[in-house]
Amino acid sequence: MSRQRFDTKKVNSELVTLTYGTLVAQMVKDFDNPDDVSKQLDRIGYNMGIRLIEDFLSKTGTGRCLDLKDTADKIQSAFRLYLGVQPNVVNWSPAGDEFSFILDSNPLTELVELPEDLKQLKYCNIICGAIRGALEMVQLDVQSWVVQDQLKGDQNTEIRVKFIRRLEDAMPAGEE
Amino acid sequence: MTVHNIYIFDKQGSLLFYQEWNRLKNSGMTREEEAKLMYGMLFSLKSFVNKISPLDTKEGFLYYKTSKYTLHYLETPSGLKFVLNTDNHSQGVRDLLHQIYKEIFVEYVVKNPLCSLNEPIQSELFKTKLDAYIKQSSVYLTKSM
Repeated sequence: MSRQRFDTKKVNSELVTLTYGTLVAQMVKDFDNPDDVSKQLDRIGYNMGIRLIEDFLSKTGTGRCLDLKDTADKIQSAFRLYLGVQPNVVNWSPAGDEFSFILDSNPLTELVELPEDLKQLKYCNIICGAIRGALEMVQLDVQSWVVQDQLKGDQNTEIRVKFIRRLEDAMPAGEE
Repeated sequence: MTVHNIYIFDKQGSLLFYQEWNRLKNSGMTREEEAKLMYGMLFSLKSFVNKISPLDTKEGFLYYKTSKYTLHYLETPSGLKFVLNTDNHSQGVRDLLHQIYKEIFVEYVVKNPLCSLNEPIQSELFKTKLDAYIKQSSVYLTKSM
């Protein structure tokens, strides 16, 4: 599998699941509002994505994305590299600027059950944040959100990505 | 064969890191001025190369060479720029730059949460690792010219 090729140290996915679960549980305690927790998870994901992209680029040696199809393929391989799952890319919008990842198993949510009073908590928001942060570093502005969630009784986890715009390269300071 | 110096720029063009090994001639300006000049030149050269190219470029600008030295340039898709000056006979510097990115920069800067990604690198660990890495590479071989 590709994970061996990159010579990455392996971690038991249960360790990740449990650590992440502890983090979310602590945040639920710290914040009164589950929406605030969702927002913070997204922010943590964003900060992770900003750094994770460098690791991804240096390991895979990929170039800039040619089009959104290419982007989707690369995120797909990142899922395989970092979470050990292979999501399917589906539900392209007619304009070709939106697509979804379908995860039939989500390592973050194994062993997890959401209590009734936390139904609006977006448990997997960290993934959305990571995708957004990573793509911003390669000059792609996107929105990302969870459409379906296994924790809420859906069959799969679906993460939607919408392309907003391409960011421009920065000019050197003082040169107009 | 020898390595002269290395510059690392972030995507906004600020100098993250500079180190020199065998630099015999100084530019006669401050490091900040020199870095600005260097970045401006790279920026112009890059857009020049892409505009003037008769074919679709993939990687664009790779290096330039004078009678005395060669400047090697690596830009990552995330906008980090690695610039390494060597003598004219060095081989495989592009691979070396990619290895520096992968094994030194990512490992000791990106994976260090105390290192901010858009400020000059202060980490001593990064400095020593980079220095050791350059010195053990085949490109580096001290020889006074």
